[in-house]
Amino acid sequence: MSSAIKDTQKMIDEVLSVYPEKTKKDRAKHLAANDPSGSCSTCQVKSNVKSRPGVMTVRGCAYAGAKGVVWGPVKDQITISHGPIGCGQYSWWSRRNYYNGITGVDTFGTMHITTDYQERDIVYGGDKNLAAALNELKELFPLAKSVGILSECPVGLIGDDIEAVSKKAVKDLGMPIVPVRCEGFRGVSQSLGHHIANDTIRDHILGKGKLEKTTPYDVALIGDYNIGGDAWASRKMLEELGLRVIAQWTGDASINEMGMAHKAKLNLIHCYRSMNYICRHMEETYGIPWTEFNFFGPTKIYESLRKIASHFDDKIKENAEKMIEKYRPVMDAVTAKFRPRLEGKKVMLYVGGLRPRHTIGAYEDLGMEVVASGYEFGHNDDYKRTYPDMKEGSVIMDDATEYELEEFARRLKPDVVGSGIKEKYTYHKLGVPFRQMHSWDYSGPYHGFDGFPVFARDMDMTVNSPTWRLIRNKK
Amino acid sequence: MRQIAIYGKGGIGKSTTTQNTVAALAEAGYKCMIVGCDPKADATRLILNRKAQNTVMDMAREKGTVEDLEIDEVLLHGFKGVKCAESGGPEPGVGCAGRGVITAINFLEENGAYNEDTDFVFYDVLGDVVCGGFAMPIREGKAKEIYIVTSGEMMAMYAANNISRGVLKYAQSGGVRLGGLICNSRKTDKEYELISELAKRLNTQMIHFVPRDNQVQRAELRRKTVIEYSPEHAQADEYRALAKKMAENKNLVIPTPMAMDELEQLLMDFGIMESEAVA
Repeated sequence: MSSAIKDTQKMIDEVLSVYPEKTKKDRAKHLAANDPSGSCSTCQVKSNVKSRPGVMTVRGCAYAGAKGVVWGPVKDQITISHGPIGCGQYSWWSRRNYYNGITGVDTFGTMHITTDYQERDIVYGGDKNLAAALNELKELFPLAKSVGILSECPVGLIGDDIEAVSKKAVKDLGMPIVPVRCEGFRGVSQSLGHHIANDTIRDHILGKGKLEKTTPYDVALIGDYNIGGDAWASRKMLEELGLRVIAQWTGDASINEMGMAHKAKLNLIHCYRSMNYICRHMEETYGIPWTEFNFFGPTKIYESLRKIASHFDDKIKENAEKMIEKYRPVMDAVTAKFRPRLEGKKVMLYVGGLRPRHTIGAYEDLGMEVVASGYEFGHNDDYKRTYPDMKEGSVIMDDATEYELEEFARRLKPDVVGSGIKEKYTYHKLGVPFRQMHSWDYSGPYHGFDGFPVFARDMDMTVNSPTWRLIRNKK
Repeated sequence: MRQIAIYGKGGIGKSTTTQNTVAALAEAGYKCMIVGCDPKADATRLILNRKAQNTVMDMAREKGTVEDLEIDEVLLHGFKGVKCAESGGPEPGVGCAGRGVITAINFLEENGAYNEDTDFVFYDVLGDVVCGGFAMPIREGKAKEIYIVTSGEMMAMYAANNISRGVLKYAQSGGVRLGGLICNSRKTDKEYELISELAKRLNTQMIHFVPRDNQVQRAELRRKTVIEYSPEHAQADEYRALAKKMAENKNLVIPTPMAMDELEQLLMDFGIMESEAVA
């Protein structure tokens, strides 16, 4: 074991030392000093298990995963939050999944639709109200292409038969009605919600669409939620590469394109955690191969363009080289401008599905070092993909608690922390620069050649803002 | 004011027994109230002489919310001024009947259905304590006394034992006590002895043995209790006896439910069930 790993482990032990014995033992399995080589057996974290009661976990629920992440961004589907009003209200448009269209006419992304369960719905069942809501929606929004019924907890508790209501409505309304059993009490985090949502796409949408003419260059862009326009930046690049993007999942997605995604020759997956399920299904059922890629920062972009191109003919491979050639000066100009201002700065990340590992390269392009990274709801396969990308002795965290995050920040002294809205103000109060890395802090895109200059500017703006010094001096 | 909850296996005769007993109490001058806690809403028909009354939840559904409801719409007066309310709830297979019981009881409480001049409140609860909602009548501040209606049939006894478990839980956290078993006879073998013994094992008493008599059915067909339909009949006296015993009952205990094996052994001891080896 190297000294870097030993030192980090010592620091982790110190942070853990305040916990009661049982909690300490449990939490110790979720925190590790990184060993990129994989030879250190104790350096693997345990993941995807129930959070320990009493700690302040940052995790969401199955409803959050199904509605907020996977189904929510689909623009021409109306997504009903089926249950009491709170779940829908407080998750309303929080992820900034951009889309084209006229809201309320042919697209519905920013709208908040709920069946608003009352006490009588709990007692008598909410199925009648749901059926009425479906009819009303069809009348109000005739251009809607589908309705998704996203279950909140009480629906599962009282056993509302949303499947029967959906089945009948499919016939009456002539469009897919998708019942999603994503009650928040299911599973250990939002991760199960992703899986449930993937399964419902598979059962109700996928394979139902028609694509008249196919080409050898048809691909589907999977696991890009178009936060701040990310998917648009990525799609543009894939098109420049000579590919035809027949479906975008699920940022700015339409029901039609999701229905014909099974015609793709290759699935390109960005957020592996939330959408690997549908890729595996399409591989097994339609024989479509899939490949992971990373469009954060030039190094990873170049690598990914070549990786994607390797699945196609020489024309595409040449295009990849041409693109790299073309954009390298642009990217170099960005790093030339910002790297001197960010060189050597330390980053601590605690985010969701792909960012804890996918953004590392982008930070490194700017001369920054990710000293700690963790997932709210990652699984073993996410961590396996993360260890090699992190420096030896950096901190790996799974389902970190607010206490641990704060303590690590005090000890590691990062120059910027990237996490979510619940964490943001803790660090603001500590005088530590912070970026909200779930929604890009109202900025973006961060993906692709369009995104990197924005990313670099935002990091500079955050890390080098004089505001922080004023806060620190006050203490 | 004494609040009493009646539990027992479905179809055992809880509602019939409760209404006849309440009629006897009312006849004796006590002021009584019945709260039906079963979506079937058939706990008050013999007192009100009508099919089924408007329930709290049905009215609440009609009006929109429970807050829009007036107490007079759901609290009716029947035989000898007995006050009657039904929680109501969904048809089988949908919604949550347990939540309906909670909502209804809260509504009745908040709207002063239980005034101090009431002597007895009876909760007639659905077959088994299947979820928290059906335990509502025995939670803190409500019924302190429970009677279980049973018979000499195996499943009725099994249910009685099971309900005792529920009572035990709430006896420890709240103050609820078991007042006794009411044997509603099915004319099974050695029924009197068997239920007396079951009561003993559960640390309680068989408070009364109600013999089987078709007069109960004859009265029921006319939507009446035996007390009202044929006050001079011998069966009416049985209910009067039960009512008197309940009114005077001081034997309130924490039950000692049995393990399944022990219950089966009891049935074998009385020769009702043959042991596997013999069979």
